Amino acid sequence: MAGLLFTPLAWASLSLLLDFRKGRCVSWLGMVIQVLVSLALWYAVMERGGFSYALGGWEAPLGIALRVDGLAVTFVLLTAAVATACGLHAGFYLDACKPWQRYFWPLFWFLWAGLNGVWLGADLFNLYVSLELISLAAVGLVALGGEAAALRAALRYLFAALLGSLAYLLGVALLYGRFGTLSLALIDEQLASCEPALIVALLLMLAGLALKTALFPLHGWLPPAHGIARSPVSALLSGLVVKASFYIAARLWLELGDRLGSPWLAQSIGALGAAAVVWGSWLAFRQPHLKQVVAYSSVAQIGYLFLLFPLTFAVAEPVSLLAQQGITLQVISHALAKAAMFLAAGNLILSIRSKRVDALAGVSHFLPFSLFSFGLAGVSLMGLPPSGGFAAKWLLLQASLASGQWWWVGVLLLGGVLAAAYVFRIYRASFLEVGDSDDFYHPPQSLEAIPMILALLALGLGLVAEPVLSVLSLPFEVTADVNEAQL
Amino acid sequence: MTATALLPLLALLTSLLAAVVIFVLPESSHRVRILVNLMAALLKLVIVALMTWGVFHGVDFSVSFTMLPGVSFMLRADALAMLFAGLSAVLWLFTTIYAIGYLEDSPNRSRFFGFFSLCVASTMGIALAGNMFTFFLFYEMLTLSTYPLVVHRGTEKALRAGRNYISYTLGGGVVLLLGIAWLHGLAGDLAFRETGHFQGADPALHGQLTLIFILLIAGLGVKAGMFPVHGWLPQAMVAPAPVSALLHAVAVVKAGAFGIVRVVYDVYGIDFAFMLGLLQPLAWLAAFTILYGSVRAMAQIDLKRRLAFSTISQVSYIILGVALFGPIGTVGGLVHLLHQGIMKITLFFCAGNYAETLGVHRVDELDGAGARMPATSTAFTLAALGMIGVPPLAGFVTKWMLGTGALATGVEWAVVVLLLSSLLNAAYFLPIVYRLWFCPVAAPWPGERRWGRLETSAWLFWPPLITTLMLVLVGLLAATAFSPLSWAQLIVVRMYLP
Repeated sequence: MAGLLFTPLAWASLSLLLDFRKGRCVSWLGMVIQVLVSLALWYAVMERGGFSYALGGWEAPLGIALRVDGLAVTFVLLTAAVATACGLHAGFYLDACKPWQRYFWPLFWFLWAGLNGVWLGADLFNLYVSLELISLAAVGLVALGGEAAALRAALRYLFAALLGSLAYLLGVALLYGRFGTLSLALIDEQLASCEPALIVALLLMLAGLALKTALFPLHGWLPPAHGIARSPVSALLSGLVVKASFYIAARLWLELGDRLGSPWLAQSIGALGAAAVVWGSWLAFRQPHLKQVVAYSSVAQIGYLFLLFPLTFAVAEPVSLLAQQGITLQVISHALAKAAMFLAAGNLILSIRSKRVDALAGVSHFLPFSLFSFGLAGVSLMGLPPSGGFAAKWLLLQASLASGQWWWVGVLLLGGVLAAAYVFRIYRASFLEVGDSDDFYHPPQSLEAIPMILALLALGLGLVAEPVLSVLSLPFEVTADVNEAQL
Repeated sequence: MTATALLPLLALLTSLLAAVVIFVLPESSHRVRILVNLMAALLKLVIVALMTWGVFHGVDFSVSFTMLPGVSFMLRADALAMLFAGLSAVLWLFTTIYAIGYLEDSPNRSRFFGFFSLCVASTMGIALAGNMFTFFLFYEMLTLSTYPLVVHRGTEKALRAGRNYISYTLGGGVVLLLGIAWLHGLAGDLAFRETGHFQGADPALHGQLTLIFILLIAGLGVKAGMFPVHGWLPQAMVAPAPVSALLHAVAVVKAGAFGIVRVVYDVYGIDFAFMLGLLQPLAWLAAFTILYGSVRAMAQIDLKRRLAFSTISQVSYIILGVALFGPIGTVGGLVHLLHQGIMKITLFFCAGNYAETLGVHRVDELDGAGARMPATSTAFTLAALGMIGVPPLAGFVTKWMLGTGALATGVEWAVVVLLLSSLLNAAYFLPIVYRLWFCPVAAPWPGERRWGRLETSAWLFWPPLITTLMLVLVGLLAATAFSPLSWAQLIVVRMYLP
């Protein structure tokens, strides 16, 4: 398990010393290792359920405690899949001649380390550190383009991320002051009554994380950053990075929300999510640039995630489980589909040599493959069967109906229609036939295959949702043997 | 996995795999693509024939696995499923042959045939779906896979029609999803069952069930082209002729109608739906759509648009038959699902032939086409007469069954609607037939092309003739054991006498 954190860190340092091409070879080797280790962890969890692990044998108050359960291992695997795809794509996509591109690999590995830290972290401060690692690496990646606009977007992202981290840290400090521990499990045990200071702490933490997750109306930083970054970077950011802060928020809510939350809070977070769905989709529909469409679509899709808050608050256990499963599927399918979409959009932009949607005319004729990946990813975003997006939507619909919160049904259905509007706008633009001359650049097949694989995974997720969800519900054993976990 | 579980999957996979292979093939390998297309179509036909034989002898073909907590993906072949599966398997073969000829030398054929196969795979899935959830899965897949076909030409007009089409069908899909999700929340995973599920349901639920029924029918009605949500259908006529044929005769509108049959019989159960008082309004709506479509058809000058409005009218026969609440009417409705498919596909093949061979798109340009293209015009004439309901053609059988069904259940006004509709059908079809045979050629054909000995390309020549032969035979031999009519009777016997 520790390997999942250390390999990326080691590779980050290593690739810092190398130029882009050498870094690429080394990194690809690292990806293989990382994927194998992730699979091994998954196998271990499948065999014996979740377990805790204290790094270097140092137990909780002093050392770094890690814990893994079905959910965490699923996200570890998801990260391995998406990051590998983006890394491979980046290796072909990024221009090796630009001197600053060599910093891609260190940043990429720091990001991966941070992500695994978030999925596996067991106490609030470690989560904070991992989150900061992610933010800084992500900001660096956005700035990688080197243009003025990219720097501006990166700076904006940095300010938002720092503000979010500060708010979160303040909340953590308040909790620490009250309980004297940072372990989420210990806080959960000690928390009995609802004190105003604790509510403030929870609110601060949630607000900070919401800012980092780009929940409406705090989403302003996301579209410029995700839109201007290089496509593999956008894919990483949209697919994984925003999920990390959401994951922490969700864990806080599920552990502490039942005592510190209130119906009012849950419903208003849900309402913000709903507003994000509607507003993000509408803006996505209006964007003239292809990648901006995809970026605003992220704002909308993130909105769905926040329906977790009302749908798990003060409802029956099976309903809450349905909602959790739905949200998890939404996280996974959005990660896969959005990464596929950004990578495909990157290929399309390479081909049409323009960032505009209306330059896509004729693409369907000459570049059907790239468009097809984009389209398949779109199916999942629209929530149409058999995609993972549909499975998620179905579970959330059932949860809304079963908990009597029928108003979310409207949001879910409307969101699907709006997503169809912006996705079909792209199809429409690319199905237009103009002339018979093929003056498009044709990207190499490896570039085209990667988004296709991701899109197919997102599409097929709905069909295998049941086994995936059964991994999620694996039990967590506190007393597991530590030594076996040293992978 | 046993053979009974394998066959439904295979029926689905033949066209799914064909789609994948076609997508992967390079645009220029036309021969291989044709081979794959035809092999898949023939293979599917064999599989479906095998399954039909099995279902007749009471074999239970089913396969299912859990997809989401509480929901399963389920394929199951019952008699009703085989009616629709048989229709699509047979007509797919002929449409494929026709499309190969129709799109000869045109661009984007790889895309076209790929989505074409996906479309048939979805239709197969709709036919074999064993519960509402699986049905919805393929229903939406059909929407998605037909969009590239509708906008195939890539013109501004085609794209507009495509947007319209997708707005209607996805909108309908959302309403349907709401209905299905609600029903699922209320009653759990409901496999289709010949007697329905709600016999003797708690009266407290009746209000909700009524509302769900309305949602389901509204969602399905979009594809079935029911008034007032039929607007996409005439516009979608910009698509190439084989696509129109497929949309109208086999896939899209039939998927809607088939879904309505499923909801009424296999989810709610006909007795329960009748008890809720839901069939009467449905019958009225269907009757209105029948007349409305016919009246609108009379005003159309464009041949394909006229056929489109005729489809709107004809598909509602099926729904009327279902809503009449009586075994004979149901037989009429079900057999019309098949008969209308054969007749309509013939008409669209002929319209496509006129467009491809003579460049004719409008009714008033057809003067004297009978002399130039006698075989196609004969096919058109017979199909048109069948639509009007002239004995002993296919259309007569259904109208007869519907009429006697209506009388048997004491719904006399439906007979009036049927007669009126036949008159209207005659009013918009006979002038075309008259122009074909009895008017002299007024002007040179707008865009004539010649193909050696036959009046048109051989790929285009044979499919309408074969389907014409079928529409004559299913009418003439309606009383024999292997006719669609007997099959529909078998379904109804299983539905009404569990």
